[in-house]
Amino acid sequence: MFEVSGLDVYYGESYIIRNVSLSLPEKGTLAVMGRNGMGKTTLLKALIGMLPARSGSIRLGGVDLTRLASYARVKAGVAFVPQGRMIFPMLNVQENIMTGLEYSSSKSIPSYIYRFFPVLQEMKGRRGGNLSGGQQQMLAIARALVTDPKVLILDEPTEGIQPSIIKEIARTLNDLKRELGFSILVSEQVLSFAMEVADQFIVLDRGRIVHEEAKESLNIQRVKSFLTV
Amino acid sequence: MNFSIAVMQAFDGLSLFSVLLLMALGLAIIFGLMGVINMAHGELMTLGAYMTYLTASGFEKYAPNLMGIYILVAIPVAFLASFALGYALERLFVQWFYRRPLDTLLATWGLSLILQQAYRTIFGSGEVSVPLPSWLNGPWNLNSTIQIPLNRVFIIALAAGVTLGVYVLLNRTRSGLRIRAVTQNRAMSAAVGINTRKVDALTFALGSGLAGIAGCVFTMIGSTNPGTGQLYIVNAFIVVVFGGVQSLMGTVLSAFSIAQSQSWLEYFMSGSMAKMTMLAIVIVVLYFKPSGLFTTRVRS
Ligand SMILES: Nc1ncnc2c1ncn2[C@@H]1O[C@H](COP(=O)(O)OP(=O)(O)OP(=O)(O)O)[C@@H](O)[C@H]1O
Ligand SMILES: [Mg+2]
Repeated sequence: MFEVSGLDVYYGESYIIRNVSLSLPEKGTLAVMGRNGMGKTTLLKALIGMLPARSGSIRLGGVDLTRLASYARVKAGVAFVPQGRMIFPMLNVQENIMTGLEYSSSKSIPSYIYRFFPVLQEMKGRRGGNLSGGQQQMLAIARALVTDPKVLILDEPTEGIQPSIIKEIARTLNDLKRELGFSILVSEQVLSFAMEVADQFIVLDRGRIVHEEAKESLNIQRVKSFLTV
Repeated sequence: MNFSIAVMQAFDGLSLFSVLLLMALGLAIIFGLMGVINMAHGELMTLGAYMTYLTASGFEKYAPNLMGIYILVAIPVAFLASFALGYALERLFVQWFYRRPLDTLLATWGLSLILQQAYRTIFGSGEVSVPLPSWLNGPWNLNSTIQIPLNRVFIIALAAGVTLGVYVLLNRTRSGLRIRAVTQNRAMSAAVGINTRKVDALTFALGSGLAGIAGCVFTMIGSTNPGTGQLYIVNAFIVVVFGGVQSLMGTVLSAFSIAQSQSWLEYFMSGSMAKMTMLAIVIVVLYFKPSGLFTTRVRS
Protein backbone atom coordinates (compact mmCIF):
# COMPACT_ATOMS: atom_id res chain seq x y z
CA MET A 1 0.00 0.00 0.00
CA PHE A 2 2.78 2.47 1.00
CA GLU A 3 5.69 1.88 -1.35
CA VAL A 4 9.07 3.57 -1.36
CA SER A 5 11.55 2.65 -4.04
CA GLY A 6 15.11 3.65 -4.78
CA LEU A 7 14.95 6.75 -2.58
CA ASP A 8 18.03 9.02 -2.50
CA VAL A 9 18.14 12.03 -0.18
CA TYR A 10 20.87 14.65 0.09
CA TYR A 11 21.70 17.46 2.46
CA GLY A 12 23.30 19.80 0.00
CA GLU A 13 26.12 17.68 -1.42
CA SER A 14 26.19 15.05 1.31
CA TYR A 15 24.51 11.86 0.21
CA ILE A 16 22.54 10.61 3.24
CA ILE A 17 19.75 8.21 2.27
CA ARG A 18 21.11 5.74 -0.25
CA ASN A 19 18.77 3.84 -2.50
CA VAL A 20 16.22 2.93 0.17
CA SER A 21 13.20 0.81 -0.80
CA LEU A 22 10.53 -0.39 1.56
CA SER A 23 6.97 -1.51 1.48
CA LEU A 24 4.31 -1.23 4.14
CA PRO A 25 1.11 -3.27 3.80
CA GLU A 26 -2.29 -2.15 5.03
CA LYS A 27 -2.45 -2.35 8.84
CA GLY A 28 1.20 -3.35 8.98
CA THR A 29 3.81 -1.84 11.27
CA LEU A 30 7.37 -1.37 10.11
CA ALA A 31 10.16 -0.38 12.48
CA VAL A 32 13.22 1.41 11.09
CA MET A 33 16.09 0.66 13.48
CA GLY A 34 19.46 2.38 13.52
CA ARG A 35 22.00 4.11 15.71
CA ASN A 36 22.33 7.89 16.06
CA GLY A 37 23.08 9.62 12.80
CA MET A 38 22.31 6.65 10.56
CA GLY A 39 19.64 8.57 8.65
CA LYS A 40 16.30 7.67 10.27
CA THR A 41 15.09 11.23 10.58
CA THR A 42 16.33 12.10 7.12
CA LEU A 43 14.41 9.17 5.64
CA LEU A 44 11.17 9.98 7.47
CA LYS A 45 11.36 13.70 6.71
CA ALA A 46 11.76 12.85 3.05
CA LEU A 47 8.65 10.65 3.26
CA ILE A 48 6.48 13.46 4.66
CA GLY A 49 8.03 16.00 2.29
CA MET A 50 10.02 18.15 4.68
CA LEU A 51 13.11 17.22 2.66
CA PRO A 52 13.13 16.69 -1.11
CA ALA A 53 14.02 13.35 -2.65
CA ARG A 54 16.80 13.56 -5.23
CA SER A 55 15.56 10.41 -6.94
CA GLY A 56 13.31 7.43 -6.34
CA SER A 57 9.59 7.36 -5.66
CA ILE A 58 7.07 7.40 -2.81
CA ARG A 59 3.59 6.04 -3.50
CA LEU A 60 0.51 5.60 -1.35
CA GLY A 61 -2.27 3.37 -2.66
CA GLY A 62 -1.10 3.99 -6.22
CA VAL A 63 -0.86 7.80 -5.82
CA ASP A 64 2.58 9.25 -6.50
CA LEU A 65 3.58 11.54 -3.60
CA THR A 66 7.22 12.07 -4.54
CA ARG A 67 6.90 15.68 -5.74
CA LEU A 68 4.01 16.79 -3.54
CA ALA A 69 4.26 19.39 -0.74
CA SER A 70 3.89 18.10 2.83
CA TYR A 71 0.31 19.32 3.19
CA ALA A 72 -0.73 17.50 0.02
CA ARG A 73 0.81 14.29 1.37
CA VAL A 74 -1.16 14.75 4.59
CA LYS A 75 -4.30 15.12 2.51
CA ALA A 76 -3.42 11.91 0.68
CA GLY A 77 -3.19 10.05 4.01
CA VAL A 78 0.29 10.36 5.51
CA ALA A 79 0.70 11.76 9.04
CA PHE A 80 3.91 12.63 10.85
CA VAL A 81 4.99 12.69 14.50
CA PRO A 82 8.47 14.22 14.38
CA GLN A 83 11.46 13.60 16.59
CA GLY A 84 11.34 16.12 19.43
CA ARG A 85 7.54 16.33 19.02
CA MET A 86 7.53 19.81 17.50
CA ILE A 87 4.19 20.72 18.95
CA PHE A 88 3.26 24.40 18.63
CA PRO A 89 4.49 25.74 21.98
CA MET A 90 2.32 28.86 22.09
CA LEU A 91 -0.93 27.15 21.07
CA ASN A 92 -2.93 25.41 23.76
CA VAL A 93 -3.51 21.67 23.72
CA GLN A 94 -6.89 21.89 22.03
CA GLU A 95 -5.60 24.28 19.35
CA ASN A 96 -2.58 22.06 18.72
CA ILE A 97 -4.87 19.12 17.98
CA MET A 98 -7.14 21.29 15.84
CA THR A 99 -4.29 22.24 13.50
CA GLY A 100 -4.56 18.66 12.20
CA LEU A 101 -8.25 18.99 11.28
CA GLU A 102 -7.57 20.61 7.91
CA TYR A 103 -8.88 17.81 5.68
CA SER A 104 -10.83 15.63 8.08
CA SER A 105 -14.59 15.35 7.71
CA SER A 106 -15.37 16.68 11.18
CA LYS A 107 -14.30 20.17 12.18
CA SER A 108 -14.15 19.33 15.88
CA ILE A 109 -11.84 16.98 17.74
CA PRO A 110 -13.14 13.38 17.47
CA SER A 111 -14.11 11.87 20.82
CA TYR A 112 -11.73 8.90 20.60
CA ILE A 113 -8.79 11.30 21.05
CA TYR A 114 -9.74 12.13 24.63
CA ARG A 115 -10.78 8.53 25.26
CA PHE A 116 -7.27 7.33 24.42
CA PHE A 117 -5.47 10.35 25.86
CA PRO A 118 -7.53 11.49 28.86
CA VAL A 119 -4.62 13.62 30.07
CA LEU A 120 -5.01 15.83 26.99
CA GLN A 121 -8.58 16.58 28.00
CA GLU A 122 -7.44 17.61 31.47
CA MET A 123 -4.81 19.90 29.94
CA LYS A 124 -7.05 21.21 27.14
CA GLY A 125 -6.41 24.88 27.83
CA ARG A 126 -2.74 24.66 28.74
CA ARG A 127 -0.05 25.91 26.34
CA GLY A 128 1.60 23.04 24.48
CA GLY A 129 5.04 24.30 25.46
CA ASN A 130 4.22 23.80 29.14
CA LEU A 131 3.44 20.08 28.91
CA SER A 132 5.89 17.39 30.00
CA GLY A 133 7.78 15.42 27.37
CA GLY A 134 5.44 12.44 27.59
CA GLN A 135 2.36 14.63 27.38
CA GLN A 136 3.82 16.45 24.37
CA GLN A 137 4.41 13.08 22.72
CA MET A 138 0.75 12.16 23.18
CA LEU A 139 -0.27 15.58 21.88
CA ALA A 140 1.88 15.14 18.77
CA ILE A 141 0.31 11.72 18.16
CA ALA A 142 -3.20 13.13 18.64
CA ARG A 143 -2.47 16.00 16.25
CA ALA A 144 -1.30 13.51 13.62
CA LEU A 145 -4.23 11.12 14.15
CA VAL A 146 -7.00 13.67 13.58
CA THR A 147 -5.82 13.98 9.96
CA ASP A 148 -7.31 10.46 9.43
CA PRO A 149 -4.06 8.94 8.17
CA LYS A 150 -3.61 5.72 6.26
CA VAL A 151 0.03 5.72 7.31
CA LEU A 152 1.23 7.14 10.62
CA ILE A 153 4.95 7.96 10.65
CA LEU A 154 6.64 8.35 14.05
CA ASP A 155 10.26 9.41 14.51
CA GLU A 156 11.76 8.01 17.74
CA PRO A 157 8.61 8.41 19.84
CA THR A 158 10.37 7.05 22.94
CA GLU A 159 13.25 9.51 22.95
CA GLY A 160 13.59 11.22 26.33
CA ILE A 161 10.56 9.46 27.82
CA GLN A 162 10.54 7.38 30.98
CA PRO A 163 10.07 3.59 30.68
CA SER A 164 6.57 3.38 32.21
CA ILE A 165 5.26 5.96 29.72
CA ILE A 166 7.03 4.15 26.87
CA LYS A 167 5.03 1.02 27.69
CA GLU A 168 1.84 3.06 27.82
CA ILE A 169 2.54 4.67 24.45
CA ALA A 170 3.16 1.24 22.88
CA ARG A 171 -0.12 -0.09 24.27
CA THR A 172 -2.09 2.98 23.15
CA LEU A 173 -0.61 2.84 19.65
CA ASN A 174 -1.59 -0.81 19.28
CA ASP A 175 -5.13 -0.13 20.50
CA LEU A 176 -5.50 2.90 18.22
CA LYS A 177 -4.24 0.95 15.26
CA ARG A 178 -6.70 -1.87 15.93
CA GLU A 179 -9.60 0.57 16.21
CA LEU A 180 -8.75 2.95 13.35
CA GLY A 181 -6.96 0.56 10.99
CA PHE A 182 -3.95 2.62 9.88
CA SER A 183 -0.41 1.40 9.19
CA ILE A 184 2.60 2.54 11.19
CA LEU A 185 6.13 3.41 10.13
CA VAL A 186 8.24 4.05 13.21
CA SER A 187 11.95 4.74 13.70
CA GLU A 188 13.50 3.48 16.92
CA GLN A 189 16.62 2.74 18.86
CA VAL A 190 14.76 1.07 21.74
CA LEU A 191 14.34 -2.52 20.63
CA SER A 192 11.81 -3.47 23.34
CA PHE A 193 9.41 -0.75 22.18
CA ALA A 194 9.83 -1.76 18.55
CA MET A 195 9.14 -5.40 19.45
CA GLU A 196 5.86 -4.33 21.12
CA VAL A 197 4.46 -2.55 18.08
CA ALA A 198 6.15 -3.74 14.88
CA ASP A 199 5.74 -6.82 12.72
CA GLN A 200 8.46 -5.92 10.19
CA PHE A 201 11.97 -4.58 10.87
CA ILE A 202 14.59 -2.87 8.78
CA VAL A 203 17.99 -1.72 9.97
CA LEU A 204 19.52 1.46 8.59
CA ASP A 205 23.29 1.89 8.58
CA ARG A 206 24.89 4.99 7.06
CA GLY A 207 21.78 5.59 5.02
CA ARG A 208 21.45 2.09 3.58
CA ILE A 209 19.18 -0.77 4.51
CA VAL A 210 21.54 -3.45 5.78
CA HIS A 211 19.06 -5.88 7.30
CA GLU A 212 15.40 -6.68 6.78
CA GLU A 213 13.36 -9.22 8.71
CA ALA A 214 9.83 -10.13 9.84
CA LYS A 215 9.17 -10.29 13.57
CA GLU A 216 8.70 -14.09 13.65
CA SER A 217 12.12 -14.81 12.23
CA LEU A 218 13.87 -11.84 13.83
CA ASN A 219 17.29 -12.60 15.22
CA ILE A 220 17.34 -10.26 18.20
CA GLN A 221 21.08 -10.61 18.80
CA ARG A 222 21.75 -9.65 15.21
CA VAL A 223 19.62 -6.48 15.41
CA LYS A 224 21.18 -5.59 18.74
CA SER A 225 24.62 -5.81 17.22
CA PHE A 226 23.57 -3.15 14.70
CA LEU A 227 22.31 -0.89 17.47
CA THR A 228 25.38 -0.98 19.72
CA VAL A 229 28.55 0.84 18.82
CA MET B 1 -0.20 70.73 36.79
CA ASN B 2 -3.95 70.80 37.22
CA PHE B 3 -6.51 68.11 36.54
CA SER B 4 -7.62 69.36 33.11
CA ILE B 5 -4.11 69.40 31.76
CA ALA B 6 -3.51 65.90 33.12
CA VAL B 7 -6.62 64.62 31.37
CA MET B 8 -5.67 66.21 28.06
CA GLN B 9 -2.10 64.98 28.42
CA ALA B 10 -3.28 61.43 29.03
CA PHE B 11 -5.61 61.74 26.10
CA ASP B 12 -2.76 62.93 23.92
CA GLY B 13 -0.84 59.80 24.85
CA LEU B 14 -3.90 57.70 24.13
CA SER B 15 -4.28 59.07 20.63
CA LEU B 16 -0.57 58.65 19.90
CA PHE B 17 -0.98 55.09 21.16
CA SER B 18 -3.83 54.50 18.70
CA VAL B 19 -1.82 55.73 15.75
CA LEU B 20 1.24 53.70 16.76
CA LEU B 21 -0.90 50.62 17.27
CA LEU B 22 -2.56 50.90 13.87
CA MET B 23 0.87 51.21 12.23
CA ALA B 24 2.44 48.41 14.21
CA LEU B 25 -0.31 45.76 14.05
CA GLY B 26 0.25 44.84 10.43
CA LEU B 27 4.02 45.11 10.77
CA ALA B 28 3.99 42.79 13.78
CA ILE B 29 1.91 40.18 11.96
CA ILE B 30 4.31 40.22 9.00
CA PHE B 31 7.33 40.24 11.34
CA GLY B 32 5.97 37.07 12.91
CA LEU B 33 5.58 35.49 9.48
CA MET B 34 8.95 36.40 7.96
CA GLY B 35 11.09 36.73 11.07
CA VAL B 36 12.32 40.11 9.85
CA ILE B 37 10.92 43.60 9.42
CA ASN B 38 9.10 44.32 6.18
CA MET B 39 10.92 47.43 5.00
CA ALA B 40 8.17 48.17 2.49
CA HIS B 41 5.54 48.49 5.21
CA GLY B 42 5.73 52.29 5.14
CA GLU B 43 4.89 52.33 1.45
CA LEU B 44 1.89 50.07 2.05
CA MET B 45 0.71 52.69 4.54
CA THR B 46 1.33 55.39 1.94
CA LEU B 47 -0.87 53.48 -0.47
CA GLY B 48 -3.68 53.59 2.08
CA ALA B 49 -3.22 57.34 2.39
CA TYR B 50 -3.33 57.84 -1.39
CA MET B 51 -6.39 55.62 -1.63
CA THR B 52 -8.09 57.83 0.95
CA TYR B 53 -7.12 60.86 -1.12
CA LEU B 54 -8.57 59.24 -4.27
CA THR B 55 -11.78 58.31 -2.46
CA ALA B 56 -12.17 61.85 -1.14
CA SER B 57 -11.54 63.30 -4.62
CA GLY B 58 -14.10 60.88 -6.06
CA PHE B 59 -16.71 61.95 -3.54
CA GLU B 60 -15.93 65.61 -4.10
CA LYS B 61 -16.50 65.22 -7.81
CA TYR B 62 -19.42 62.81 -8.04
CA ALA B 63 -21.22 63.01 -4.69
CA PRO B 64 -20.29 66.27 -2.98
CA ASN B 65 -23.32 66.08 -0.68
CA LEU B 66 -21.99 62.77 0.73
CA MET B 67 -18.57 64.27 1.50
CA GLY B 68 -19.32 63.83 5.20
CA ILE B 69 -19.05 60.04 5.01
CA TYR B 70 -16.21 59.58 2.52
CA ILE B 71 -13.91 58.52 5.35
CA LEU B 72 -16.14 55.54 6.15
CA VAL B 73 -15.78 54.38 2.54
CA ALA B 74 -12.09 55.24 2.39
CA ILE B 75 -11.21 52.89 5.26
CA PRO B 76 -12.33 49.69 3.49
CA VAL B 77 -10.98 51.00 0.17
CA ALA B 78 -7.56 51.62 1.73
CA PHE B 79 -7.64 48.21 3.40
CA LEU B 80 -8.59 46.37 0.21
CA ALA B 81 -6.08 48.19 -1.98
CA SER B 82 -3.17 47.50 0.38
CA PHE B 83 -4.43 43.94 0.93
CA ALA B 84 -4.40 43.37 -2.83
CA LEU B 85 -0.97 44.92 -3.32
CA GLY B 86 0.36 42.89 -0.37
CA TYR B 87 -1.08 39.69 -1.82
CA ALA B 88 0.49 40.36 -5.20
CA LEU B 89 3.87 41.26 -3.67
CA GLU B 90 3.90 38.06 -1.61
CA ARG B 91 3.07 35.83 -4.57
CA LEU B 92 5.46 37.49 -7.00
CA PHE B 93 8.30 38.42 -4.71
CA VAL B 94 8.40 37.90 -0.96
CA GLN B 95 7.57 34.16 -1.05
CA TRP B 96 11.01 33.37 -2.47
CA PHE B 97 12.81 34.84 0.55
CA TYR B 98 11.24 33.29 3.66
CA ARG B 99 14.22 31.21 4.68
CA ARG B 100 16.71 34.02 4.08
CA PRO B 101 16.17 36.83 6.58
CA LEU B 102 18.97 39.12 5.39
CA ASP B 103 17.87 38.84 1.76
CA THR B 104 14.29 39.55 2.82
CA LEU B 105 15.40 42.73 4.53
CA LEU B 106 17.26 43.92 1.44
CA ALA B 107 14.57 42.80 -0.96
CA THR B 108 11.77 44.58 0.89
CA TRP B 109 13.94 47.68 1.17
CA GLY B 110 14.38 47.62 -2.60
CA LEU B 111 10.64 47.18 -2.92
CA SER B 112 10.10 50.22 -0.74
CA LEU B 113 12.24 52.36 -3.08
CA ILE B 114 10.42 51.06 -6.15
CA LEU B 115 7.04 51.83 -4.62
CA GLN B 116 8.10 55.36 -3.62
CA GLN B 117 9.19 55.99 -7.18
CA ALA B 118 5.92 54.58 -8.49
CA TYR B 119 3.94 56.95 -6.24
CA ARG B 120 6.05 59.86 -7.44
CA THR B 121 5.23 58.95 -11.03
CA ILE B 122 1.52 58.39 -10.44
CA PHE B 123 0.63 61.04 -7.86
CA GLY B 124 3.44 63.56 -8.31
CA SER B 125 6.02 64.45 -5.71
CA GLY B 126 3.99 67.18 -4.01
CA GLU B 127 1.82 66.99 -0.94
CA VAL B 128 -1.81 66.02 -1.23
CA SER B 129 -4.35 66.36 1.53
CA VAL B 130 -7.99 65.67 2.17
CA PRO B 131 -10.59 67.77 3.96
CA LEU B 132 -11.65 66.48 7.33
CA PRO B 133 -15.41 65.71 7.42
CA SER B 134 -17.19 68.46 9.32
CA TRP B 135 -18.40 66.14 12.09
CA LEU B 136 -14.76 65.31 12.89
CA ASN B 137 -13.68 68.93 12.90
CA GLY B 138 -13.19 70.84 16.08
CA PRO B 139 -13.03 69.90 19.72
CA TRP B 140 -15.26 67.97 22.00
CA ASN B 141 -15.80 70.13 25.06
CA LEU B 142 -15.96 67.90 28.09
CA ASN B 143 -16.27 70.99 30.31
CA SER B 144 -15.06 74.55 30.09
CA THR B 145 -11.38 73.62 30.49
CA ILE B 146 -11.07 70.15 28.94
CA GLN B 147 -11.14 70.06 25.16
CA ILE B 148 -10.52 66.96 23.13
CA PRO B 149 -10.12 67.02 19.30
CA LEU B 150 -12.88 64.95 17.68
CA ASN B 151 -10.69 63.43 14.98
CA ARG B 152 -8.51 61.97 17.74
CA VAL B 153 -11.57 60.37 19.32
CA PHE B 154 -12.39 58.83 15.96
CA ILE B 155 -8.85 57.46 15.56
CA ILE B 156 -8.98 55.92 19.04
CA ALA B 157 -12.29 54.24 18.29
CA LEU B 158 -11.00 52.99 14.95
CA ALA B 159 -7.83 51.58 16.52
CA ALA B 160 -9.90 49.83 19.19
CA GLY B 161 -12.23 48.37 16.56
CA VAL B 162 -9.40 47.19 14.30
CA THR B 163 -7.48 45.63 17.20
CA LEU B 164 -10.57 43.80 18.39
CA GLY B 165 -11.18 42.57 14.84
CA VAL B 166 -7.61 41.29 14.55
CA TYR B 167 -7.88 39.64 17.96
CA VAL B 168 -11.05 37.79 17.02
CA LEU B 169 -9.63 36.78 13.64
CA LEU B 170 -6.41 35.41 15.12
CA ASN B 171 -7.84 33.72 18.20
CA ARG B 172 -11.38 32.68 17.32
CA THR B 173 -11.27 31.54 13.72
CA ARG B 174 -9.82 28.66 11.76
CA SER B 175 -7.82 31.05 9.54
CA GLY B 176 -6.37 32.64 12.65
CA LEU B 177 -5.31 29.26 13.99
CA ARG B 178 -3.56 28.57 10.68
CA ILE B 179 -1.77 31.91 10.84
CA ARG B 180 -0.60 31.31 14.40
CA ALA B 181 0.59 27.79 13.57
CA VAL B 182 2.53 28.86 10.47
CA THR B 183 4.04 31.78 12.37
CA GLN B 184 5.38 29.39 15.01
CA ASN B 185 6.65 26.64 12.73
CA ARG B 186 6.12 26.72 8.99
CA ALA B 187 7.57 23.28 8.19
CA MET B 188 5.60 21.55 10.93
CA SER B 189 2.40 23.32 9.93
CA ALA B 190 2.75 21.90 6.44
CA ALA B 191 3.39 18.46 7.96
CA VAL B 192 0.05 18.55 9.80
CA GLY B 193 -1.74 19.48 6.60
CA ILE B 194 -1.88 23.28 6.55
CA ASN B 195 -1.47 24.77 3.08
CA THR B 196 1.36 27.06 4.08
CA ARG B 197 1.67 28.82 0.70
CA LYS B 198 -1.92 30.01 0.97
CA VAL B 199 -1.52 31.02 4.61
CA ASP B 200 1.71 32.92 3.88
CA ALA B 201 0.06 34.95 1.14
CA LEU B 202 -3.06 35.71 3.18
CA THR B 203 -1.07 36.65 6.28
CA PHE B 204 1.14 39.02 4.32
CA ALA B 205 -1.91 40.50 2.64
CA LEU B 206 -3.67 40.93 5.98
CA GLY B 207 -0.69 42.77 7.48
CA SER B 208 -0.54 44.95 4.37
CA GLY B 209 -4.26 45.71 4.56
CA LEU B 210 -3.83 46.86 8.15
CA ALA B 211 -1.04 49.15 6.95
CA GLY B 212 -3.58 50.58 4.51
CA ILE B 213 -5.92 51.47 7.38
CA ALA B 214 -3.04 53.16 9.20
CA GLY B 215 -2.35 55.15 6.03
CA CYS B 216 -5.96 56.24 5.93
CA VAL B 217 -5.56 57.59 9.45
CA PHE B 218 -2.44 59.58 8.46
CA THR B 219 -4.58 61.71 6.16
CA MET B 220 -6.52 62.84 9.24
CA ILE B 221 -3.44 64.18 10.98
CA GLY B 222 -1.23 65.35 8.11
CA SER B 223 -0.74 65.55 4.36
CA THR B 224 0.58 62.79 2.12
CA ASN B 225 3.56 62.63 -0.22
CA PRO B 226 5.47 59.69 -1.75
CA GLY B 227 7.81 59.59 1.26
CA THR B 228 5.12 59.72 3.95
CA GLY B 229 5.64 56.09 4.90
CA GLN B 230 9.28 56.72 5.78
CA LEU B 231 8.20 59.40 8.23
CA TYR B 232 6.19 57.00 10.35
CA ILE B 233 7.86 53.66 9.78
CA VAL B 234 10.64 54.06 12.35
CA ASN B 235 8.11 54.44 15.16
CA ALA B 236 6.28 51.32 14.00
CA PHE B 237 9.60 49.39 13.92
CA ILE B 238 10.34 50.45 17.47
CA VAL B 239 6.93 49.35 18.72
CA VAL B 240 7.23 45.93 17.09
CA VAL B 241 10.79 45.24 18.19
CA PHE B 242 10.12 46.52 21.70
CA GLY B 243 6.98 44.39 22.04
CA GLY B 244 8.36 41.13 20.75
CA VAL B 245 6.52 39.15 18.12
CA GLN B 246 4.78 36.43 20.02
CA SER B 247 1.42 37.98 20.65
CA LEU B 248 -0.94 40.73 19.76
CA MET B 249 -0.93 41.69 23.42
CA GLY B 250 2.82 42.40 23.24
CA THR B 251 2.28 44.86 20.40
CA VAL B 252 -0.58 46.56 22.23
CA LEU B 253 1.36 46.93 25.49
CA SER B 254 4.46 48.10 23.66
CA ALA B 255 2.56 50.76 21.69
CA PHE B 256 0.87 51.87 24.90
CA SER B 257 4.02 52.25 26.95
CA ILE B 258 5.92 54.00 24.18
CA ALA B 259 3.08 56.42 23.42
CA GLN B 260 2.35 57.29 27.03
CA SER B 261 5.98 57.79 28.00
CA GLN B 262 6.70 59.83 24.90
CA SER B 263 3.71 62.08 25.42
CA TRP B 264 4.53 62.61 29.11
CA LEU B 265 8.20 63.18 28.37
CA GLU B 266 7.20 65.75 25.78
CA TYR B 267 5.32 67.60 28.44
CA PHE B 268 8.46 67.98 30.52
CA MET B 269 11.10 68.45 27.81
CA SER B 270 11.37 69.42 24.15
CA GLY B 271 10.02 67.06 21.48
CA SER B 272 13.38 65.87 20.21
CA MET B 273 14.78 65.40 23.72
CA ALA B 274 11.71 63.32 24.53
CA LYS B 275 12.28 61.17 21.44
CA MET B 276 15.94 60.70 22.32
CA THR B 277 15.13 59.71 25.88
CA MET B 278 12.51 57.27 24.59
CA LEU B 279 14.97 55.70 22.16
CA ALA B 280 17.59 55.40 24.89
CA ILE B 281 15.13 53.58 27.14
CA VAL B 282 14.16 51.22 24.30
CA ILE B 283 17.81 50.46 23.56
CA VAL B 284 18.57 49.69 27.19
CA VAL B 285 15.53 47.43 27.48
CA LEU B 286 16.43 45.56 24.30
CA TYR B 287 19.98 45.13 25.50
CA PHE B 288 18.72 43.19 28.49
CA LYS B 289 15.72 41.56 26.79
CA PRO B 290 16.62 41.11 23.13
CA SER B 291 13.43 39.26 22.23
CA GLY B 292 11.28 42.15 23.37
CA LEU B 293 9.75 43.23 26.62
CA PHE B 294 6.44 41.44 26.44
CA THR B 295 7.22 37.84 25.63
CA THR B 296 5.39 34.83 26.99
CA ARG B 297 7.62 32.13 28.31
CA VAL B 298 6.94 28.42 27.98
CA ARG B 299 9.09 25.49 28.96
CA SER B 300 10.01 24.55 25.40
N1 LIG C 1 20.55 19.75 8.39
C1 LIG C 1 21.56 18.90 8.08
N2 LIG C 1 22.54 19.28 7.26
C2 LIG C 1 23.55 18.43 6.95
N3 LIG C 1 23.66 17.18 7.40
C3 LIG C 1 22.72 16.74 8.23
C4 LIG C 1 21.61 17.58 8.63
N4 LIG C 1 20.82 16.87 9.46
C5 LIG C 1 21.40 15.66 9.59
N5 LIG C 1 22.53 15.56 8.85
C6 LIG C 1 23.41 14.40 8.76
O1 LIG C 1 22.67 13.34 8.18
C7 LIG C 1 22.99 12.12 8.81
C8 LIG C 1 21.73 11.44 9.27
O2 LIG C 1 21.10 12.21 10.26
P1 LIG C 1 19.69 11.84 10.85
O3 LIG C 1 19.24 12.99 11.68
O4 LIG C 1 18.80 11.39 9.76
O5 LIG C 1 20.04 10.60 11.80
P2 LIG C 1 19.13 9.79 12.79
O6 LIG C 1 19.25 8.38 12.44
O7 LIG C 1 17.78 10.37 12.82
O8 LIG C 1 19.85 10.05 14.17
P3 LIG C 1 19.24 10.20 15.66
O9 LIG C 1 18.97 8.83 16.15
O10 LIG C 1 20.33 10.87 16.42
O11 LIG C 1 18.01 11.04 15.54
C9 LIG C 1 23.94 12.44 9.94
O12 LIG C 1 25.23 12.11 9.52
C10 LIG C 1 23.82 13.92 10.13
O13 LIG C 1 25.02 14.48 10.51
MG1 LIG D 1 16.62 11.25 14.22
